[in-house]
Amino acid sequence: MSGDAKARGLRGWIDARFPFTKLWEEHAAKYYAPKNFNFWYYFGSLAIFVLVLQLFTGIWLTMYYKPSAEHAFASVEYIMRDVHWGWLIRYLHSTGASAFFIVIYLHMFRGLLYGSYRKPRELLWLIGMAIYAILMAEAFFGYLLPWGQMSYWGAQVITSLFGAVPGIGEKLMIWIRGDYTVSDVTLNRFFALHVAAMPLLLVLLVVVHLMALHEVGSNNPDGIDIKRHKDANGIPLDGIPFHPYYTVKDMVGVTVFLIVFALVVFYSPTMLGLFLEPENFEPANPLKTPEHIAPVWYFTPFYSILRCVPDKLWGVVALAASIFVLFLLPWLDRGRVRSVRYRGRGFKIALALFVIAVLILGHLGAKPPTPGRNLVARSCAVLYFGYFVFLWVYTFFDLEKTKPEPERVTNGSVKWIPQWIQWQRLEKAKREPERVSPK
Amino acid sequence: MKKLACLLVILLSVPGLAGAADETLRLMDVRTDLSDKASLQRGAKYFVNYCLGCHSLKYLRYQRLGQDLDIPDELVEKYLIWDGSKISSPMTSAMRLEDADNWLGAIPMDLTLAIRRHSGGGLRVGRGADWVYTYLNTFYRDDKTPTGVNNLVIPNASMPHVLWRLQGIPEPVYARAEDDGSAKQRKVVGVKIPEGGGALSEAEYHRMTRDIVNFLVYASEPIQSARKALGLPVLLFLIVFLAIIYLLKQEYWKDVH
Repeated sequence: MSGDAKARGLRGWIDARFPFTKLWEEHAAKYYAPKNFNFWYYFGSLAIFVLVLQLFTGIWLTMYYKPSAEHAFASVEYIMRDVHWGWLIRYLHSTGASAFFIVIYLHMFRGLLYGSYRKPRELLWLIGMAIYAILMAEAFFGYLLPWGQMSYWGAQVITSLFGAVPGIGEKLMIWIRGDYTVSDVTLNRFFALHVAAMPLLLVLLVVVHLMALHEVGSNNPDGIDIKRHKDANGIPLDGIPFHPYYTVKDMVGVTVFLIVFALVVFYSPTMLGLFLEPENFEPANPLKTPEHIAPVWYFTPFYSILRCVPDKLWGVVALAASIFVLFLLPWLDRGRVRSVRYRGRGFKIALALFVIAVLILGHLGAKPPTPGRNLVARSCAVLYFGYFVFLWVYTFFDLEKTKPEPERVTNGSVKWIPQWIQWQRLEKAKREPERVSPK
Repeated sequence: MKKLACLLVILLSVPGLAGAADETLRLMDVRTDLSDKASLQRGAKYFVNYCLGCHSLKYLRYQRLGQDLDIPDELVEKYLIWDGSKISSPMTSAMRLEDADNWLGAIPMDLTLAIRRHSGGGLRVGRGADWVYTYLNTFYRDDKTPTGVNNLVIPNASMPHVLWRLQGIPEPVYARAEDDGSAKQRKVVGVKIPEGGGALSEAEYHRMTRDIVNFLVYASEPIQSARKALGLPVLLFLIVFLAIIYLLKQEYWKDVH
């Protein structure tokens, strides 16, 4: 095969000097992915799509944006009003930021559902979590750039968290800001980090993430290893080449995503004040603290956890722990099966509670705190951390009643639902005569 | 797909509710309409005549305004530019900031983004326009303030009622005193427009302030009509593209069982 390629034309010329065909085959044409990917498996490729979108729109915004406290706000309005198609580029970028988090959260949730972080994919999960951490930094730095009131005070609050570190806190905070408060200096360094350092790291880590994925192979909704059943050529029986099967399928996903995305960009670019907050249409004013400071929606669950702890230092510790604990998932979960399809009822209930807790925390994080809300936030924070504790206890002491995994991959819920209904009917039919007999 | 829809609805609606503040004042409903060019043109005229003396629209240029509202450049130069600005200049007030501070005790805010700044969260995105409209309609007589008027939307606003010759000066309507009835605690809950107090009737004043608000809604995002108009062709293209790409996918996946 590769001998053929070497012999012919431009491709052969390149292959003699660069492993083009080899890379293409390893990562696309001969990368065998399980054939039973469902809805949840669109979000990996979508995340790459959104990353590229953010990189391109970001580059164009950089051509007109001015990173200075004096001109930043006006330069954004200049982009919105005077630059040809500037409004579209800006809305694509601001909507893309929120879309990135929606996609990444769904992608991570997929990992929880199907145990994609389990052996041998621990490192894959860790790299993914590193990407998520870098993405949060990227979003945080980027949010300061429009230099609106919420940009300014959000950055002020988040950078002040470093002041809670015992001993060096105050100095650390000033070192990060480059000034005693968030100022022009801060804006300049955040700009540098947002447009150069973080994107470079992101792209690098995404490449590493893909390399790790293609080394261990993709998980699937059944959580079973497709490499156990191979044909004579060593190709997994349940695997299909990523290209063309998943390239063409992911294009369907990208198009559906773009439809939803276009609805937001063209009809509600502020997304009802969620993606672009009303307060941010007022230029930053260091002398006027807004009544209520809240981060953008994608940080609100963690912000809730921070706020519901009465002590500042311990609040910061809780915030850091809430993200760090996700890194530990591969070692906390010791269950016998990976996929939610074959896991015990306890796991399903715990995961559902975890999702509900995150949603409630997110909701509360956007609102001003009250004693009642704090109480709810605390309960949800307990549920949040409780999920990880439960998962470890549940699986370490082998309390989970799992269902038998299939040998080969299945078609998933679409067939599973009618089967389940049929099974329920059979059960009912079986039980009824028993009830009749004692009469 | 249903799962995604549910999830999106939950994700988007939950923090959206956060915008529901507990304000006691009910805002008036302005119902602006950006397709009403005549209203926008009148709004621009009123703004230049009554507002621009103090309030700038520093992110909006005269020329852009003329292009978007179908006003020829010559007419913009003749009727809308009073301070000798070039047509390509932004619409800034001629008043110096230090003078403003001396005369009014505050620098009048730039109004380019006022509507977007005051838009509500969640489903109350249209609140910004209602907010400004209600502000313009709820000045009332208050002899205790330096300007002789007060306002329901911004209590103790430093802005005088500049449209008083047109509306007259409305009288405050107090809440019925409930227990002690001490006059000091009386709360203003509404305004009463005196009959024949101003040059305009109540309906005419409503129309005029609506025109100003309509114009400000335009100024807050001049591209918004074009943006909404572009949405449909983009979506139509994407839907056709989706159909094609879906059929392509089905074709490729025929042999996967």
